[in-house]
Parts: sequence; C-alpha cells; structure tokens
Amino acid sequence: MNRALILLRRRLVGSVFVLLIVVIGTFLLLELAPGDAVDAYIVSTGGDAGMIELLRHRWGLDQSELTRLANYLWALLHLDLGQSVTFSRPIRDVILERLPTTLILMGSATAFSFGLGSALGIYAGARPGSFRDRFLSVGSLALYAVPGFWLGLVLIVIFAVDLRWLPIGGIESIASTKTGLARATDIATHLVLPVSALGFIYLALYLRMMRAGMAEAWRQDFVLAARARGISRRRIVLTHVARNALLPLVTMLGLQSAQMLGGSVVIESVFAVPGLGRLAQEAVAARDTPLLLGIILVSAVLVILINLLVDIAYALLDPRVGASEAGA
Amino acid sequence: MSDFTISRRTMLAGSAMLLASTAMPGIGWAQTPRRGGRLVVAADSEPRNLNPAIVASNGVFFISSKIVETLAEASFDGKDGLAPRLALSWEGTADGLSATFKLREGVKWHDGKPFTSADVAFSALQIWKPLQNLGRTVFKDLDAVETPDDLTAVFKFAKPTPFQLIRNALPALSSVVPKHIYETGKIEDNPANNAPVGTGPFKFGEYKAGQYYRLQKNTDYWGKDEPYLDEIIYQVLPDRTSAASALEAEEIHLAAFSAVPLADLDRISKVPGLKVITKGYEGLTYQLVVEINHRRKELADLKVRQAIAHAIDKDFVVKTIFLGYAATATGPVPKNDPQFYTADVPTYAFDVAKANALLDEAGYIRGDDGKRFSLKLLPAPYFNETRQFGDYLRQALAAIGIDAELVNNDSPAHIKAVYTDHAFDLAVGPPVFRGDPAISTTILVQSGIPDGVPFSNQGGYKNADLDALIARASETLDTSARTELYKEFQKQVAADLPLINVAEWSFISVARETVENIANNPRWAVSNWADTYLAN
Repeated sequence: MNRALILLRRRLVGSVFVLLIVVIGTFLLLELAPGDAVDAYIVSTGGDAGMIELLRHRWGLDQSELTRLANYLWALLHLDLGQSVTFSRPIRDVILERLPTTLILMGSATAFSFGLGSALGIYAGARPGSFRDRFLSVGSLALYAVPGFWLGLVLIVIFAVDLRWLPIGGIESIASTKTGLARATDIATHLVLPVSALGFIYLALYLRMMRAGMAEAWRQDFVLAARARGISRRRIVLTHVARNALLPLVTMLGLQSAQMLGGSVVIESVFAVPGLGRLAQEAVAARDTPLLLGIILVSAVLVILINLLVDIAYALLDPRVGASEAGA
Repeated sequence: MSDFTISRRTMLAGSAMLLASTAMPGIGWAQTPRRGGRLVVAADSEPRNLNPAIVASNGVFFISSKIVETLAEASFDGKDGLAPRLALSWEGTADGLSATFKLREGVKWHDGKPFTSADVAFSALQIWKPLQNLGRTVFKDLDAVETPDDLTAVFKFAKPTPFQLIRNALPALSSVVPKHIYETGKIEDNPANNAPVGTGPFKFGEYKAGQYYRLQKNTDYWGKDEPYLDEIIYQVLPDRTSAASALEAEEIHLAAFSAVPLADLDRISKVPGLKVITKGYEGLTYQLVVEINHRRKELADLKVRQAIAHAIDKDFVVKTIFLGYAATATGPVPKNDPQFYTADVPTYAFDVAKANALLDEAGYIRGDDGKRFSLKLLPAPYFNETRQFGDYLRQALAAIGIDAELVNNDSPAHIKAVYTDHAFDLAVGPPVFRGDPAISTTILVQSGIPDGVPFSNQGGYKNADLDALIARASETLDTSARTELYKEFQKQVAADLPLINVAEWSFISVARETVENIANNPRWAVSNWADTYLAN
C-alpha cells in the first residue's frame, strides 16, 4: 500500500504542472481563433457600435489577453472557475450540471466496450487463427472504421424511427415526474443507443489487444508447462493465458478515458445528450473562453484521476511496478 | 412553390386555402378547438437571454413570444398589417412628435400584478431605447413616455419620427416587460431575463440546459378561452438530422424554422401524419445577398458589379439551392413586402456573354490562363444555403474569368473577417428584412457606419445621393411620400449595385397533422400561439 501512496504523491505534483500547461495552451489557442464572444453573440442579434462596445466592456473583452489570462489564473488559484458569458451563470454550476451525464455515458460505454471487448477477445484468443478469431477480428475492425456519428444515425433510424423500441435522444423523458427506480429505468433506456454507438467503436481496441496478448501468451513456456501438467484447456485459457494478457488492457482503459471524452462530443450531439462534450462544442462556437477552459480543466483532472487509479491498480496487480520509487 | 412572389390578396387566399386543407381530415374548419395537451417543438439553439425586450431576434422570440407580449402583432388581414395585442389602438400625430397607444384593460402579469401604461413607459425608455439591439436605432429620438392614465401611453419624440416606422416596428420591437420586476438592480443582470415574466398565454415553467424549456398555460390570460394548450415543450435537438427523425418517431409535433433540411422535405412530406407548411413566415424574410468590398479597385467599377450580377443565374439558385422554396430578388426590398416593394427597378438577366463583354469593356482582359483577376469569397456559415450559394458563385464567377478563392469560417470568425477586419472581396450574407427598410435594410448601403457593426455596409461603399435619399426618407412623415422615397431607394440600389440581391427566402415548418391553427399570421413561429391546439 505504501508504494501506491508514494506513487500518488509524485503524480499529484506532476499533475499541477500538466494542468497549468493545459490551461495556458487552451487559452492561447482560443485567442488565436478569429472572433470573440461578442462576435459570436451578435451573429443572432445584430446591433450597433454602442451596443457592441457595451457588451465587450461588460464581458471584460476590452482588456488585453495577458490581463485576462492573469485574472483567470488568479481566480483559479482561489478555485473559482469564473462566470460563463454564454449562460450568464457560474461556470462551476454549468459544468457540475453536465458532468454526471457525461460520466454515466462514458462509464457505461467504457464498461460495455471493455467487458464485451475482452470477453470476445478471450473467445477469439482461445484459438488464434481459427475461423471465429478471424471473423471477430475483421468484424470489430470494420466497426472501428465506422464514423461514430454515422453509426449513431443508423441506430436511430432502425431502433427509434422504424422499430420504435427506444427513444430517439435525450438523457431522460422530457419534463417527466418519474423518481427512483422508474427514473433510473428511464435513463437506462435513453442510454442504450448512445452507449452502443460509443461502445461498439472502441470494442475493437480491447478485442484486438486481448487477442494479440493471448496469442503471444500461448507461445510462452509457462503455458507449455501448464499443458504438460495436464491442466484443463479451459483453465489454461482463463487463468494463465487471458490473465497475462489482461494487464495491457488496464493501461488501455486509462488512455481510452481521454478518447471517450473526445468521442462523446459527436455522440452527445447526435443523441441530444446534455453532456460535457456538447457543452465544449457550444463553448467553442460561442468563443466562451472561460467556459471552455473550465471544461478542459475538469476533463484533464478526470483523465489524470483515472490514470492514477489505473496506476494504483497496476501497482496492486503487478508487484514489479513502483518498486523502484518505494526504494528511493 | 413561388409562395413568396405573392401580393397581399393572394396571400390571404392562400392562407385561407391552407386553413381549409389542414382542417380537411377533421369535420371542416369550423371545428371547435380541443383543449389541453402538450405540444412538443424542436429547438435547435438555446438563447442565452430570453428577454425579447433586450434581444429582439427570432431565436429569442421563438420561445419567449409566448410569455412576453408586444403591443401589436403582424396580421394577414388587420389594418396596416397589424393585430392588437397589449395595445388596442395606436395613432401618431401629423408632426411626428407624438404617438398614442390605448392599452388593453384587465391584463395581468404572470405574478398577478396588473399591467399598466407605466410598464410600457418603463420598457420603452429603460430597455427598448438604451438596450435593445434594434430599438436603439428606431427609438433613438424617444424622449419621454407620458402616462395620463393606466391605459394610455403617449410616446414623445425629440425629433419627428415617421409613425409608419413605429407601426412597422411594433411586432418585433415592442415586447413589454413588468416594471415592478425590472426597476430594482441592473436590467441586464435581472434573473427574469432567463425566466421571463410577461402577460402572454403561457408562463415560463422551467429550463433544463441542453434538454428542454417548458412553458405552462396561463389560466389568467386575457384572451377569451385561450390558450388551448396546457404546455409547450421546446426540446433541444442540436443535430441537423434529428428533428426529422424525431417527427417520424412521433416524439415531437412541430419543427419550425426549417429545422428539417430542405433536402429532406420531399421524403418527409410523404410520411403519413406529417404536413409540410410553407406559410406563416411572410414577415420573416431573409435575403440572399452578395456583399461587395468596394475598396477593391476592380469591384469599385460599376461595370464589374454589373457583370457579376449578369453572371448569376437566379432561377438556378432558387431551383437548385433552395429546391424552389424561395423567390428571385430584384432589389433590397423583398417581393412579398406589401408596403414598399417595387418591381420597377433595373434588372440583370442571366447573360454570361454580356457579363464577359462588360468586363472586357471595363478593361479587365482575360490573361493567358483565362483569368481576369482573382478575389476572396466568404460565404456566411449560418445557413446551408448561404454556403451552397458560395460554391455556386465561385463557379459562376469562373465562367466570366474571375477566379474566386472560397474562405470558409465559423460564425464568429466570419463576422469578424467581414464586418470588422474587412478581409473579404465578396461575401455571401443573409440579411433579414424586418417590415420596414429603415429598421435593418438601409444600413446595408449607407456610409459612415463604424467598423464592427454586423449586417451593415462594411464594404466601404459611399454614395452621397443614396445617403441623402436615406436621410430624407428617415425624416419624411407622410406615409405615402415615405413609401415613394423607399421605392426610389430600391431603384438606386439596383442601378448602382452596392450589393447584389439574389434571392429571398423564408422558413418551412413540418408538423403533425393534429397541430391546428398553424401559420395563421405572417410571423406565426414567433407569435404567441394562444389559439394553437392539438386535435385528436
């Protein structure tokens, strides 16, 4: 356990610098994009010179870039994410409102692709080179090659428009009074399509990785030894081959968390899910710099946390990890 | 589908026919409206400020016009094209210095307080004039609003202001908000901007960001027996394709503002239970315009501008890009405007040979590569159609030896490039005609507008005669004399081509057949929907 704690401390110190770079980088990138929040606003309203000047002043856009960045960092030091121009509300509230939705969507999609992907991977990897292995490998690659939004639209047309088994979008029935279990069921029903669209795409990664790891493990001496000892094939597959192939998948899980956040931008738009990804897209379109910074900051923290969990899990799973740091 | 090229009378006949046809599945159109029900409508954007008195835009009106009412609404058959709402009558004095509004009796705010002339005075002086995007221009000379009694508001102007302009501005610019809610604190920060309180047929219910807005029936509404609906839900559907799917899946009742793309209309019109409606937007006409940067030497030459006008096949644009849901334009006032439009202007028939001849005459001879000169073309990204027209224009220009480089930006970048940085040679814009040229049309050609003002003349065009004409029209009080001046304005613009008007279009609604009383006024999508109902 001590190893895990030391790892945690080292990681947290490093993370602060990562976050600082992320914030400054994003701020500069958004400054480089032509047009500011007022330009984005007047697209739908128009307005005369006086009104535009008034808005720039009210939204603090008449200050220099450096002043605004310094102000933002200073406020951030006090854990204040600032005020969104788009929503005229504190950014913390806006993000907290959307975060659970994205977490549920991401979590379910990750669990789905990891669970089904590794299970199919074991199935395929149990007999590398067999017909079922080839079929699954090619099939999953085909899914991986499909654009997420397209898969989403196809699922909508089949299951929501033609068959009407599932709702077309949203996270729950609009303006419903459902509570407790009924509400949970409602949300689950709404999640089926977006989670499938998101999960099916990443399924291939886990499947291929599991399969490749297992194919490699089959050639190892300990497998030969296990077979020589007369252990049943089923036990060899599960406890010896698959288990050894599992470790890289855990690493992948950490890396994928960032990918999932990106992929959810598209899926959230197609399925009208009110999550963080769509919020980020709106923030860019509205040139709402503090809001976008807030979202990216929260996402970065999320990714760092997940990777930390992965590392800790790793340290617990594999005694070799972190041993050098514990000794230092 | 040339519904836009119609006179007032045919428009009336058309809307009557529409009413009759929509009622056909029922018993006939005298059927009594059914009460109750929830109308679910697709919304593609979430306005950040729902106060229509501050932000007079269609995105805001779409939701808040059901909550906050104006003094008058546009009408197919009312006098001067208006129907009374919070005001029962309106009259301007001959000197243009005063306008009197008689207000409706027995109207209550959603919080139960009575609506009085003090609310009108407050809205006009504290919000429309200093804060509203359009009101800042129209009400700039408003000096005071006298309230001799609770039901009379007298607008006093410092300079003569044409009453025709005030009248034409009523449907969009005169949203009245409650004084007792807005008088404390800063108006821009008032929480009611996001949860409006008004006098309309529906009360603001709740807003779930990214999901929906819910409006509830106002049981205390002044309209007899109205509203019929219990609830209106605006479901936020950000994806372009989802409105059509949601209609087909029977999850929503109505997609207004062309939320269903034109290309899908043919298919969707064949789906049983759905109807496609092209009416109800006559007062919300958008114009497809080629904006020209006159700082470019070549484009400052009238012959070159004429050549470009001749190179554009307007009929092709209407047929291919708008799939027929538009009309060709002749000048800066759309054909469907009942007051100002004149067809008596110079026109530019599609004639590539003539265009080439004009360019030769102007001295821009084709080089060895067949090109005369190149320029930058920036199509506005707000509509599919503006982008597609950009692609078309590039080809049309190539046919006359002008090499156009397409520059595609997102909305804020486009606004900045064209209206602040002037980093364009040609741009494609969709300005809105708002019922009176003085509200948002004359600024498209007038000179002396500061940099950064969107949807205005930022092309460096300067024509002293046209400026004088615009100034004279803005001071002319007599309605028919003023109308004549704007007809002259159209002639001069079409002759000198400060910009090129290509087409005029409006929006399409797709609705379930059960939704009744749709499109019964020229601004239906942004009107109060008090008489809309869901039949069985």
